[in-house]
Amino acid sequence: MSKPKALDQLDFEQAYEELQALVRQLEHGELPLEDSLRLFERGQGLAIRCSHLLDEAELRLRKLAPDESGGYVEEEFAPEAE
Amino acid sequence: MLRRVSQLAMLGLQDRIWTPGELNRHVRQLLEGDYRLQDLWVAGEIANLSQPASGHLYFSLTDGSANLRCVIWRSEAEGLPRLPRDGEAVEVHGRLSVYEAGGQYQLYADRIRLAGEGELFQEFMRLKQKLEGEGLFDPERKRPLPRWPKRLGVVTSPTGAALRDVLNVLSRRYPLVEVVLSPTPVQGEAAPAAIAQALAALDQQPACDVVLLVRGGGSMEDLWAFNTEQVVRAVAASRAPVISGIGHETDVILADFAADRRAPTPSAAAELATPDRQDLAVEIGQLTRGLRRAWQARRQALRRGLGEARAALATLAPRARLAGARQRLDELAGRTALSLRHRLSLRRAAVEAMAQTLHAIGPLQVLGRGYALVRLSADQALVRTVGQVSPGAGLQVQVSDGSFSAQATDVPTETSEG
Repeated sequence: MSKPKALDQLDFEQAYEELQALVRQLEHGELPLEDSLRLFERGQGLAIRCSHLLDEAELRLRKLAPDESGGYVEEEFAPEAE
Repeated sequence: MLRRVSQLAMLGLQDRIWTPGELNRHVRQLLEGDYRLQDLWVAGEIANLSQPASGHLYFSLTDGSANLRCVIWRSEAEGLPRLPRDGEAVEVHGRLSVYEAGGQYQLYADRIRLAGEGELFQEFMRLKQKLEGEGLFDPERKRPLPRWPKRLGVVTSPTGAALRDVLNVLSRRYPLVEVVLSPTPVQGEAAPAAIAQALAALDQQPACDVVLLVRGGGSMEDLWAFNTEQVVRAVAASRAPVISGIGHETDVILADFAADRRAPTPSAAAELATPDRQDLAVEIGQLTRGLRRAWQARRQALRRGLGEARAALATLAPRARLAGARQRLDELAGRTALSLRHRLSLRRAAVEAMAQTLHAIGPLQVLGRGYALVRLSADQALVRTVGQVSPGAGLQVQVSDGSFSAQATDVPTETSEG
């Protein structure tokens, strides 16, 4: 495994898929103790990262608006409250 | 009146006198014999609609000056998608006949549709066939949806309920997604061009992983923009896969055929587009447990391996081997001694058991009860009969606790027989 990214740099998909791959590796690998421990600790970090992302996320909403050059810009948008 | 009829009859001006029943039946047969009147559409406005307890529907169709009585039997009425209303402009299909008891001719209707719907439907079918022929609806064109959408386009009205529903579902299920609204009116004259434009606009921006094309329920006319060729082509042209969620479950919309996935409602479209974070939380829990299990199993395997290695190392060392041999010897010796001791004790027990038996059946036990053993002193033979003993012979008498000597004195010469 190449140098892993810092946990807080990972988006949900990356963290989730790395966690999946890592569990599989730990289940089937014949890794030495030190590597196994490293995987285990990394996996725990990934699981926490995933849960954190799911719990903390808030929907980001933007709206396309035409600009002067005939293209579009994305601007902040809050739907009208009822 | 009656007199007049009979007068006419007397005058011979009338070949035949009808009864109302006969006449009504005759007219009915005339009407029913005309095939053009047995399968027809009539357009008009509904008036005087009533549905008595019988469940049959009665109403008139009017064009402003003339009325036509209509009836829809209950069995047919139950099959209608919805009941007609007074004042509605409709087209009614049925057959013309006579209600003999009332002497009224009327339309026995079996189908009813909003006026203009027929034309719209024709147009719908024509366009559907054309676009189908171009392969716009082919299953091979359908693209898979991404499991983890990061950027999600929504094409709909910025003020509609559809947008609100979609945002609610997304916040609840998967708030990780970034939503880009491409606003457009969704009904009216300008809608088809605007919707097509809104879809194209998303393609000019950083790519979306999936696009939702949504609109809440409404009448067929309200939804019409989504049946136009312009919108259908724009859906098919989208770079990102499109999920349509237009109207209600039962609405059939051409844009649905061109979309990569069709959802029955806007909310359902949002659900199709995203994973649910509750499911994900469960999956993460499972993965975490799997991680811990795998780690513990690995650690145990390593520890077991360590123990075995240590043991192997110990047995391989020369001193250890010597010690091992010595120990094995000790063990063997111990086992031998043990077995010998064991066998002896078994034997002893057997002997004691036999002694018990012997004692029980032996003579000593009998002597204790007062009997005695008598032997000839000369040859130690047991005396069993008088004939063995001669007068003056020496005898040995054994009793329970010892023996003494005696002499035979009075020996009969003859033994009594039997």
